[in-house]
Amino acid sequence: MKEEKQLLAPGHRMCAGCGVALSARLCLEAAGEKTIVVVPTGCMEVTTSQYPETAWRVPFIHVAFENAAAAASGVDAALKMMGKREGVNIVAMGGDGGTFDIGLQALSGMFERGHRVTYVCNDNEAYMNTGIQRSSATPYAAWTTTSPPGKKSIGEFREKKPIGYIAAAHGIPYVATATIAYFADYQKKVKKALSADGPAFIHVLTPCPVGWRFPPDRTVEVSRLAVQTGVFPLWEVRDGDIENLRITVKPPERKPVEEYLAVQGRFSHLFKPEKQQDVIDRIQKMVDEKCERYGI
Amino acid sequence: MAKMILEGNQALAVGAKLCRPKVIASYPITPSTHIPEMLSEFVANGELDADFINVESEHSAISACIGAQATGVRTFTATASQGLALMHEILYVASGMRLPIVMGVANRSLSAPINIWCDHSDTMAERDSGWMQFYSENNQEALDLVIQAYRIAEDERVLLPAMVTIDAYTLTHTFEPVDVPSQKEVDEFLPPYKPVYAILDPERPITQGSFGTPEYFMEFKYSQQKAMERAKEVIDEVFREFEEKFGRKYGKIEPYRTEGADVILVTLGSMSGTGKEVVDQLREEGAKVGLIKVTVFRPFPAEELREAVRRAKVVAVIDRDISLGFSGAVFANVSASLINEEKRPLLANFIVGLGGRDVRPEDFREIVDKSFRILEAGRVEKPVEWINVSGEVP
Ligand SMILES: Cc1ncc(C[n+]2csc(CCOP(=O)(O)OP(=O)(O)O)c2C)c(N)n1
Ligand SMILES: [Mg+2]
Repeated sequence: MKEEKQLLAPGHRMCAGCGVALSARLCLEAAGEKTIVVVPTGCMEVTTSQYPETAWRVPFIHVAFENAAAAASGVDAALKMMGKREGVNIVAMGGDGGTFDIGLQALSGMFERGHRVTYVCNDNEAYMNTGIQRSSATPYAAWTTTSPPGKKSIGEFREKKPIGYIAAAHGIPYVATATIAYFADYQKKVKKALSADGPAFIHVLTPCPVGWRFPPDRTVEVSRLAVQTGVFPLWEVRDGDIENLRITVKPPERKPVEEYLAVQGRFSHLFKPEKQQDVIDRIQKMVDEKCERYGI
Repeated sequence: MAKMILEGNQALAVGAKLCRPKVIASYPITPSTHIPEMLSEFVANGELDADFINVESEHSAISACIGAQATGVRTFTATASQGLALMHEILYVASGMRLPIVMGVANRSLSAPINIWCDHSDTMAERDSGWMQFYSENNQEALDLVIQAYRIAEDERVLLPAMVTIDAYTLTHTFEPVDVPSQKEVDEFLPPYKPVYAILDPERPITQGSFGTPEYFMEFKYSQQKAMERAKEVIDEVFREFEEKFGRKYGKIEPYRTEGADVILVTLGSMSGTGKEVVDQLREEGAKVGLIKVTVFRPFPAEELREAVRRAKVVAVIDRDISLGFSGAVFANVSASLINEEKRPLLANFIVGLGGRDVRPEDFREIVDKSFRILEAGRVEKPVEWINVSGEVP
């Protein structure tokens, strides 16, 4: 990436190795400069838009935490009425909290009304901006500050909410999953999403070194492991046709999930003081069942 | 100009339509539902060239208005009560981002108990949100104030959002004859919307909705406060211009028969009509009583109010709202406006008409009686008194 081409300029305040920062850059590179960005409250917003500076070289708006999809709907409507809709992309980029949880209603409304907005969820699997609290995107057995493991807790005790399916169930033109390690796949999906005649949703797994507890130079590796172990399959679905979900990146041979878990401190309680093989097996089984359905 | 028979909701909707908003986002709630219904009809039959967004909540209604206004178009929304309360968080964002959104509000109580009738608690709860507030006495005012609100809100010296309110049922659902100006007249008064700063344009990228650190935050608020102060002047200008063009006179406050009055009542909204009638009767009977209707509550017209009550001995502020644990909101503002006066009237607060309880002529008479007793005693024993309420509360 050439420096002057970066639409999210370097010099923002995101942490070293931040997966969300990488995702935003890849997304914007694919979308191009004729893009209006709508961002809810969260890590990305507070680290890129601190007055009087901004890291954004495209028009950017932040309104609040739970309403990026509604604000983007307004942008869409206004551009239409101004006769400026053609040739302009609208990209909303929300965290998992702003998307799976508090922003789900506004997101559903935006989907159902058919606004031509590409909504990218940068999923770092917890409320990172407020200091690593669990969200409904936090995976089973993960430590967060509000799902701590203990005598009566294994960490997060629910499975991740299937947000991609929920999006697809709206019957919107395009839904995909992506992650930063597979950037060509991700950027292709951004382009497809932007050319869709209606709402599109891309669920991007964006590892967080701070919250997931791994060294900041391993973000891409962790992202790749999520795919290679089958924890986060990469797929796309058109027009809500889940039956014909297409796997876009097929790992040659699935690695054991233990490899993915072992590199992240948020799962360290599964390995120390004693290894909790039963829990690791249970996670492996969940992943196996999912991957069988996908044929990977 | 044409005479039409309109209920308050329709007057607001017709007023909004004449202002040609390009994006409308609204959600149904009693008793303001007829506003989005009528506007969606205008859009459906081609009378209004706008995009009507059928949002899934009031929170999204105001958020979509922010997105649209920040992109560069005039917007409108309408709501009431719980809907306004649901918007609360985002109202502050709209004003902080200096977006001149205009909203119609049907004044309705806040739950619990759930109740769909009139009081002013919903808008009073938003008095600190940085929105200008205009209260209508009748349907004509509702229509006129919407048109003027856009002019004021969009003025470069102001750039603040505004709400125009009508009382639940007594106005929202009551038909009255209304002079409806022609589109041409309104177009002459209100030019097409030209965003001053806020516009999302890929040709000229800017960042809106920044993160403001302690180093800058207070200056943002200070500039909003300054804009509110400047709005007072702009309101007068716009009201004057409106009168010249349309022949109807508005003021931030409207004194009614206050000359030589010992007792002055202060009212907002539709109860002002009843109050004026009682003032007329009492004047016939020889009582020196007058009334001040507050049309603009934010920015609060403290200067005009001080002037208007200068010679009064008792000011009775009649609140259709209650800040539980203290007094009515209007009373607190009126009292504070007078606090540094060397000679000031005695001040009493009367709480009336919550949750749609009628505010009757006899209630006004009771308030006036009590005010004259205060005048005789030379002191206020009970600063906050509830009128027409059962003492036997469980
Ligand atoms: C209504 C509301 N509730 C709570 C918050 C506090 N808050 C700000 S950001 C945030 C978490 C954001 O999490 P996520 O959407 O996952 O984004 P991340 O920071 O992890 O990228 C929370 C809880 C808020 N700003 N507004
Ligand atoms: Mg998150």
